[in-house]
Amino acid sequence: MATTAITTPSLANIYWKETKYELLRSLRLRVYTFSVIGFPVMFYILFGLFITRGQTLSNLSASTYLLATYGTFGIMGASLFGTAGALSAERGLGWLQVKRASPMPPIAYFTAKIVKGVIFSIVVVLCLMALGIAFGNVHIAFFTALKLILILAAGSLPFCAMGLAIGYFAGPNSAPSVINMIYLPLSFCSGLWVPFMFLPKFLQQLAHFLPSYHVSQLALGVIGAGRNESNWIHWTALWIFTALCIAVALYGERRDEGKLYG
Amino acid sequence: MIAEMHAGDTLIQKHSQDPRPLAARLRGVSKSYGNVQALRQVDFSVRQGELIALLGPNGAGKTTAVKLFLGLSAPDTGTVSVFGGNPKNSATRMRTGAMLQVAKVPETMRVREHIDLFRSYYPNPLPMQETLSIAGVGDIQERLFGDLSGGQRQRVLFALALCGDPDLIFLDEPTVGMDVEARRVLWEQIRRLVARGKTVLLTTHYLEEADALADRVAVINKGQIIAEGTPAEIKTRTCGQKIRCITRVPVEEIREIPGVLTVTTDREALEIRAAAAELVLRELFLRDTTLRGLEVTNAGLEEAFLALTAENETK
Repeated sequence: MATTAITTPSLANIYWKETKYELLRSLRLRVYTFSVIGFPVMFYILFGLFITRGQTLSNLSASTYLLATYGTFGIMGASLFGTAGALSAERGLGWLQVKRASPMPPIAYFTAKIVKGVIFSIVVVLCLMALGIAFGNVHIAFFTALKLILILAAGSLPFCAMGLAIGYFAGPNSAPSVINMIYLPLSFCSGLWVPFMFLPKFLQQLAHFLPSYHVSQLALGVIGAGRNESNWIHWTALWIFTALCIAVALYGERRDEGKLYG
Repeated sequence: MIAEMHAGDTLIQKHSQDPRPLAARLRGVSKSYGNVQALRQVDFSVRQGELIALLGPNGAGKTTAVKLFLGLSAPDTGTVSVFGGNPKNSATRMRTGAMLQVAKVPETMRVREHIDLFRSYYPNPLPMQETLSIAGVGDIQERLFGDLSGGQRQRVLFALALCGDPDLIFLDEPTVGMDVEARRVLWEQIRRLVARGKTVLLTTHYLEEADALADRVAVINKGQIIAEGTPAEIKTRTCGQKIRCITRVPVEEIREIPGVLTVTTDREALEIRAAAAELVLRELFLRDTTLRGLEVTNAGLEEAFLALTAENETK
């Protein structure tokens, strides 16, 4: 057996290398690391640790409450920039074609982008948590912290799907501004910066249609500051949103195949 | 014109009788993008072990042909086969490698990492050291792609095309934007691939490149193959050879010699274009034993190419 020629490459090896290099590549890309980790950290330090110092929200220290909402803000950026940013550039500037011409399984390419989005999301949440525990008034049990990390990691998946959809329709140069135009208003309207209860009534109603609202409510639920809505509603909304984004991304993929390339 | 078209037919026939097995083939392929017809009813085949150049101006349909062979787009009509199979199959793709024109390659990966990743896609890749040495990128393997010069970048893309040890390699304008020295180095590397028994399809708009590398040239213009043959055949077919000499034989008399196409005077010498120089020279020596300053040159591929594309346009 050992002497027969290998006729297919090891799939596990491909997925591993694709993901490893995607992570390495992004880590070395300072624009990505700085904006994806730097922004939420800066915001959390400013609003979560200084401005609201000593205040309470939903019977929690403000720094604990805002850990969940800025955490949601953080995973959105990591996921959207990690998928949409890379995909639009590689698709628009020809690199994706070189990969598609090779025997690379296409799913490996997308998996690597998604895994990267999730891993960076976890890193962002860990950074915020460490800051909150060290310098803010954050007191959470180990298992609550773990659950918060897992919920936010899962919550990054709908945004990775959204990123792939954006990546198929935004040009390589316009992608970053498109992402900002979507995710900054989304964050505000879901109560990620200004807590939900301080938002005007019409925004509170609008928020129910936003994926970021549902992720943040799941996260707040973990630390006991949710709005007493059923988690089932949040998960269903997120599933529907994810499915829609995947459908749009697949449509974009089809559209690309028949399109003029040079 | 009829005689020339006939000559072309026989060239193509000769190729279809080539005993070497087919590596890839387009049969009756048309492809359009919106209103632009990129390929019209193209029949084109690549035989195993040959280096064939697809030569044509920008926008002639070269890249479209390569993308069809790579399964990156599908033909509107006709069939595309690579090693007898569908180019979209991963089994087919494991036997091919490609160097495409790409505007931007991820810049924060090292050369070695790029190659390591692409090697993993293939069942029996070339060893890393061998890939580095064939493509001549051993000394820059630890550099980030973004820090490389244009020529070095092309060499890395070349390494990615060959690292899987594929049987058939597509090189789409591989030396575009390279200086003369870098171009010659890459040519040498391409020749080494063919020496290893690989089949190479090269597209180029550098006539010199097709002449220097290819066993066979297919000239493409406006989506159609307008001539096919060895570089020498292509040259003879259109412009033949050029004789330059100083002779006492009057110009009018030379024009009467069979096989002479044109005669022009250049200072004290004459320039005679002929289908075959030998026949004309025999006549000239019979008539003028004092003939001197003799030079016989083959028409450049450049001239042949211009003649072919012009001929194609007037049709």
